[in-house]
Amino acid sequence: MVVESLRENQADRLFFALSDATRRDIVTETLDRERSVSELGRLYPISLTAVQKHVEVLVNAGLVSKHRSGREQLVRGEFNQLRRAHDLLNELESVWRARLERFERVLDESSGKEDE
Amino acid sequence: MTVWNVDKNAEAKTMVITAEFKTSITNVWQLWADPRLLERWWGPPGLPATFGHHDLTPGGTITYFMSGPDGNERFDGTWNVIEVDAPTRLVVEDAIVEDDGTPSDGNSMTRMEIDIEAMGDTTRMILTTHFDSLEGMEHAIATGVAEGMKACMSQIDALLAEAA
Repeated sequence: MVVESLRENQADRLFFALSDATRRDIVTETLDRERSVSELGRLYPISLTAVQKHVEVLVNAGLVSKHRSGREQLVRGEFNQLRRAHDLLNELESVWRARLERFERVLDESSGKEDE
Repeated sequence: MTVWNVDKNAEAKTMVITAEFKTSITNVWQLWADPRLLERWWGPPGLPATFGHHDLTPGGTITYFMSGPDGNERFDGTWNVIEVDAPTRLVVEDAIVEDDGTPSDGNSMTRMEIDIEAMGDTTRMILTTHFDSLEGMEHAIATGVAEGMKACMSQIDALLAEAA
């Protein structure tokens, strides 16, 4: 199923993005305020190109977003947004679990009638 | 018995629920196709749903409202019917509606794909819900929980009394 593999890819990207200590740190560092790529470059003992690659991986996983401001590339952590979506989905799961319990009950009642 | 699998993707704002029922595919389909059956399970206890217009054809619409016992709470909903392939597939999109029940701008908030498969003695239903926005999710939750567990417990009590 196309939807299935799409979801798996997204999960893969998320796990891959979070599998690296520098990338996890970039997410943390950009949660409170936006930081430019060059500013992030000064935080780690790696090349600016390597930082840019890390940022790209995080953007693809939806963990940070990138905005251009003048000549600067600003990076912002999107984890709060993700966390909020996660919480909402948990609530929604409860809604649907209850709804499907009712679904099954109505199903039992309506198919019972047919069998009689 | 019902077998559950719930797959949530916060990034894609998508949830996939798989449920299995010991009944025929036709019976499962009827719970979506018959508005009188649909309204018996769609709304939570304390906020029952009433389906008005129910045109299950591509391009058709389904309208419903949910209201609390004191009439203070009321939610109106409209689904745009996107795909119908009885008894295996139904796709609807939730439209934002105004207080009078008409779609306000036609924007889709929620897309719901229902896939039903016959699995021998049982029937599997795969429900994929996709949200465009966090607001869409909040709306779905608001119309789904109503008075929450308290009302749910009273419903269970009522059912137990009925069964006894």
